[in-house]
Amino acid sequence: MRKKKIVAMLLAGGQGSRLGVLTNHMAKPAVPFGGKYRIIDFPLSNCVNSDIDTVGVLTQYEPLQLNSYLGSGQAWDLDRNSGGVYVLPPYVKGSQGQWYSGTANAIYQNLAFIEQYNPDHVLILSGDHIYKMNYASMLKYHIEKNADATIAVLRVPMEEASRFGIMNADEDGKIYEFEEKPKEPKSDRASMGIYIFSYPALKEYLEKDAKNENSENDFGKNIIPSMLNDGKRMYAYDFEGYWKDVGTIQSLWEANMDLISSPPVLDLYEKEWRIYCKSPIMPPHYIGETAQVISSSITEGCEIEGSVIHSVVFAGATIEEGACVKDSIILPNAFVKKGARVQKAIIGEGAIVGENAIIGAERTEADGDYDTKLTGDITLIANNEKVPENKRIPVGMIVKTEGGDN
Amino acid sequence: MLGNVFGLIYTGEENMQLRDLTNSRSVAAVPIGGRYRCIDFILSNLVNTGISNVGLIAQKNYHSLMDHLGSGKEWDLHRKRDGLFILPPFLSKENTGLYRGTVDAYRSVMGYVRRSPQRYVILTGSHTVFNTTFDDMLRQHINTGADITIMYNRVKNFNPDDQYDDMRLTLDDEGRVTDIEYNPYRPTSDCQACDVFVMEKELLEYLIEEAAARDSMDFIRDIVMKKFNTLKVYGWGYDGFVARINSLDCYYKHNMEMLKKNIREDLFCAEHPIYTKVKDEVPAVYGKNSKVKNSLIADGCSIEGEVEDSIIFRGVKIGEGTKIKGCIIMQACSIESGTELDHVILDKGVTVRQGRRLAGYDGFPVIIRKNSTI
Repeated sequence: MRKKKIVAMLLAGGQGSRLGVLTNHMAKPAVPFGGKYRIIDFPLSNCVNSDIDTVGVLTQYEPLQLNSYLGSGQAWDLDRNSGGVYVLPPYVKGSQGQWYSGTANAIYQNLAFIEQYNPDHVLILSGDHIYKMNYASMLKYHIEKNADATIAVLRVPMEEASRFGIMNADEDGKIYEFEEKPKEPKSDRASMGIYIFSYPALKEYLEKDAKNENSENDFGKNIIPSMLNDGKRMYAYDFEGYWKDVGTIQSLWEANMDLISSPPVLDLYEKEWRIYCKSPIMPPHYIGETAQVISSSITEGCEIEGSVIHSVVFAGATIEEGACVKDSIILPNAFVKKGARVQKAIIGEGAIVGENAIIGAERTEADGDYDTKLTGDITLIANNEKVPENKRIPVGMIVKTEGGDN
Repeated sequence: MLGNVFGLIYTGEENMQLRDLTNSRSVAAVPIGGRYRCIDFILSNLVNTGISNVGLIAQKNYHSLMDHLGSGKEWDLHRKRDGLFILPPFLSKENTGLYRGTVDAYRSVMGYVRRSPQRYVILTGSHTVFNTTFDDMLRQHINTGADITIMYNRVKNFNPDDQYDDMRLTLDDEGRVTDIEYNPYRPTSDCQACDVFVMEKELLEYLIEEAAARDSMDFIRDIVMKKFNTLKVYGWGYDGFVARINSLDCYYKHNMEMLKKNIREDLFCAEHPIYTKVKDEVPAVYGKNSKVKNSLIADGCSIEGEVEDSIIFRGVKIGEGTKIKGCIIMQACSIESGTELDHVILDKGVTVRQGRRLAGYDGFPVIIRKNSTI
């Protein structure tokens, strides 16, 4: 097999439990985003646009959707003779096998995959962030610094720094300390969960880590600290630009809204840095006589007869006459019927909102007690759920019945 | 039946009244319906029928067609067994590179036809737009024991100006063709052929060689019309939407018909999707002052102004305060603010500068050539 300068490993095994019912039957990276994309399109497109043509996607939780979505990798130009995209689930080795017990363990179990390409460097990515980044520039920096590991960092507001893994580095960018969610952060450089390792160093530490029974087999908790302890050359690579963790319902909603702010905070129009995705193969969308569309994003296959205000409507969705959708995300093939009102909500794939139903209605005492820990003030209708006509769903409720999702 | 049919598309149709639209492209490559080219429909129909071997005869101006089709992977025709074969003209001892007619064209691709292992062939043109599969037609062809089956639909309105390859069939009760008229001034039948013929490959080989030997050049006039008495020729009626892109007027009218829900449901039926080249454009974004009514809008557009009764292709920018009505705006046009366009067709990549006004009329749309700046 041809030698590769760099191989990317994309950690896509996360369940994404904080996304609630959205990830009931799909892994977090397969969650729809931005009208026609899925979260995984972002790191994959970044790889392709950075001329990285070999990507291993590590899956373990509900991999079906992700597997069928990735297919041969054609949509990302990753159907290659040499390299390409590979789905790497855990497998049985000899008489035993094990699940991926942590991020480092997932890579460790697939060292044989990496070994085939005999790469100089390995890029570790996670499948739950929305951002555009040139990994080639980061690699250049990594090589210039002759680093054993380079960690991409984002400057965050000091008051939020205690939520992140913080890299303390000297002026040259050399990391001397790593603190996971420090109470009193010394720096504002937050780790983005994007690492480039020199392959020999990565292999050495993964093998060492695997032998350590007390390890949690995690990059942030184990590999990075132990490399630092040993005085390895670790550098922070400053990233500037849009980066968002979409691990919660609130942040997923916000990131979608960032696409339609004016001017857009997240600009996908850049011709040189396209985000690729699998085409839904649908006709252009139709905006009808009675429609009103303002400050929104609408894509292929939609039929809009009602009002859409400051919302993101995904492929194949229908908004009927007299319906009003505001500040919401309507996932693929969802159907909002006549006269329905949808306010600050996420309507799941293939869900149907019945006539004159109200989603995100003001909460009253009669609504009783329900848990809004995951949703906050965003109302969530699960995939393939049917909301009956005239039904009122109060703010922050999750609608999920037994028969709904499949 | 499955796996025993191949398709042969002829894209050399010319002398249509498409004005600037076909200046630098064949009719097969004419953009239509917001994100498609004419060829996408017939090609998707063949693919949705389960056909995986398609030959495409290119004639003139096939550059943009080749660019559009690529390896055929968007139609799932990028195969090891069979696939999409683009057959450009070539110069040889008996061939000048320019076909003198369809018989000439078919004859020059006989090598491909002979190599194709399938028993039946579907011959089509590239300027007729509809969405169906040919399963029923093939079944009927076999059940009736026909030599040739011709697809037709019933047309109501007739305008001699739009006439192009207008073949009218008169059928008996069993559906057998008893008379054929070609470009009649007063058609006696409302059954108009849709440019789709089914027959056995061997019969095609024989008919083409025989016609060529007599220096006959046209498949319809010199073969079908002369043979329908001696061969068993049947019609297969299709009652869905059929658009023939014969003239600029037709082109405009049929695009506008796609704004009707029933036509859209027929033409873009989810069971058999229409495939086209994927451009990975971003979803369309609407500004805070946008006002859009009764329009088809493709991905990659950014709309700040007013759009009504129009078809907007991929990647079009429409500035603030702009009024667009009854227009077809093709890919990557840029319309700056304060512009008014009424019944205008902008070909690809046209820039309309601030405050310009252009108006055509129903039945006579203004057309602006590719990449112009106004």
